[in-house]
Amino acid sequence: MNAVVTANGLSKRYKNAIALDNVSFEIQPGRIVGLIGPNGAGKTTVLKAILGLTDFQGQLNVLGLDPRTQRDKLMEQVCFIADVAVLPRWIRVREAIDFVANVHPRFNRAKCEAFLARTKLTPDQRVKQMSKGMIVQLHLALVMAIDARVLVLDEPTLGLDILYRKQFYQNLLEEYFDDNKTIIVTTHQVEEIEHILTDLMFIRDGKIVLNTDMEALGDRFAEVMVSADMAKTARELNPLDERQVFGKSIFLFDGVEHSRLAVLGEIRRPSVSDLFVATMKGTYA
Amino acid sequence: MKTLYWLVKREYWEHRGGFFLAPAITACVCVFIAIMSLIGLEVLGRHAGLFQLNGSDNGLNINDHLDAESLRNRGIILDKFLCLGAVIPLAVMAIVVFFYCVGSLYDDRRDRSILFWQSLPISNWKTVISKVVSASIVAPLIATVLGIIFGFALIVLCVLYAAFHGVNVWGVLLAAHPFRVTLDLIALIPLYALCALPTIGWLMLCSAWARSMPFLWALVIPLASNLIVFWLHLLGLWDLNGLWYFGHITSRLLFSVTPGNWWHFIAPTSLNGVASHNDILDALNLAQNYSALTSIEMWAEAVAGVAMIGAAIWLRRWRDDS
Repeated sequence: MNAVVTANGLSKRYKNAIALDNVSFEIQPGRIVGLIGPNGAGKTTVLKAILGLTDFQGQLNVLGLDPRTQRDKLMEQVCFIADVAVLPRWIRVREAIDFVANVHPRFNRAKCEAFLARTKLTPDQRVKQMSKGMIVQLHLALVMAIDARVLVLDEPTLGLDILYRKQFYQNLLEEYFDDNKTIIVTTHQVEEIEHILTDLMFIRDGKIVLNTDMEALGDRFAEVMVSADMAKTARELNPLDERQVFGKSIFLFDGVEHSRLAVLGEIRRPSVSDLFVATMKGTYA
Repeated sequence: MKTLYWLVKREYWEHRGGFFLAPAITACVCVFIAIMSLIGLEVLGRHAGLFQLNGSDNGLNINDHLDAESLRNRGIILDKFLCLGAVIPLAVMAIVVFFYCVGSLYDDRRDRSILFWQSLPISNWKTVISKVVSASIVAPLIATVLGIIFGFALIVLCVLYAAFHGVNVWGVLLAAHPFRVTLDLIALIPLYALCALPTIGWLMLCSAWARSMPFLWALVIPLASNLIVFWLHLLGLWDLNGLWYFGHITSRLLFSVTPGNWWHFIAPTSLNGVASHNDILDALNLAQNYSALTSIEMWAEAVAGVAMIGAAIWLRRWRDDS
């Protein structure tokens, strides 16, 4: 299958900082990719480049189009939600639906209205009268009714309470996602999306430091809880990270054979957030 | 075309308050003031003994037998009322359009809602053109229609008041030309739009370019450059006259959205004609007003306006700060 996004040597400089440093990656269709990195690592710049919202050096191909020159065509196939606060405050629910229905060729009005019928939103309500959670419901209703091939989410649940956050990803998985669609999501709330991701990309200082699918992640990385007497042996295997819990040490290993680790203690698959913290150590130092 | 239509509609939704309510409310307030004035006139007039309470007015019924000339003059007065009615909402509209243009490509960058609009498959040039159309055609059209309704309201008030004093109103009404005035006013909108391009283009360029305070930039750049030109001229370093610069550059960049923005281009002889004639119909004469189209300066300014709009479209596409 052709990749949905192909980036080759992507670079972007702002006046006094490098946002992207010769980044290359591919995203295949039917995946849910988490793009995770500390603040200022270049996540949003990657997304902006994919959406044709910023200029850059290097090659980037999204659905066979160049986002810099063929943006208008590209946006028929690509949707994005860039955090919750970007719907214009003056617009009414009814107006937003009317507008999108008439300018977007792939918008399904019935689907949008069916989704909104399950919320508390009313047609005459303005965005400025809504809570953040309601705004994101409206935005999601608009986006889910568009039959796009790529959905880009940039911190879509920032500032929402846990109920809205859970509901957001649940709706996305159950009613939107299928094999023909690709979702690229950045977020700091890693724990909540961990179980829905199929691929993981860590980005740090404008570079991709980890790019793996979730199955390979379990094979490559391992977390072992080791009692004090075995700690020395464990350290010799060059762990990525070590932390102490209840007098025992938890080690995180990268690329060490599981058979060698089994003697040290119980092997677990590390959580994405633990892996993230271990990988990004010293970022802000 | 459909997208453009919906974009213009979207502009109207967002700016209904400025495009419709502001001129409408102003017109309503003016009608109210007119009614209060007429009542005041009536009451004061009676106190002064101008009118008798028994209905046989001494002050006003001299109009009963009008000769053709004075009938014509009274018809002109009604025409003028209609024009006055149109000018008041148009003046409000000019202020609204000025600030609309200043904010048009800036406000959505500031509140980041541009990210929502850019998530839809809409070309930037269509977005910008829809804003130009809103400022140059939609807003003036709404204001003109409101103005005409308001003008008719003024005429009705006058006629009722005159009728109340026993004046034969039908003769005066027939001497007026409300429908011709209406048609002329509407037919002048395209000319207005063309001549408003320099200001619309300049303000939208500032709006697309400024990282903050587009209003200040839009104001400061023409005024400061004018000051420099004036100063250079004063020192004898440059031939360009500061006053000329003000009249042909500064004021066109800032004030060409005002009603009657094309008078500037009508040849002085015909301009005298407009100024000296009593007949409002002559002032609205389409051929005379559209003679502005023969002015090279007008076309140069329109081209400059279009160029600035083009620059605004480019900036809109590549300004990356939201």
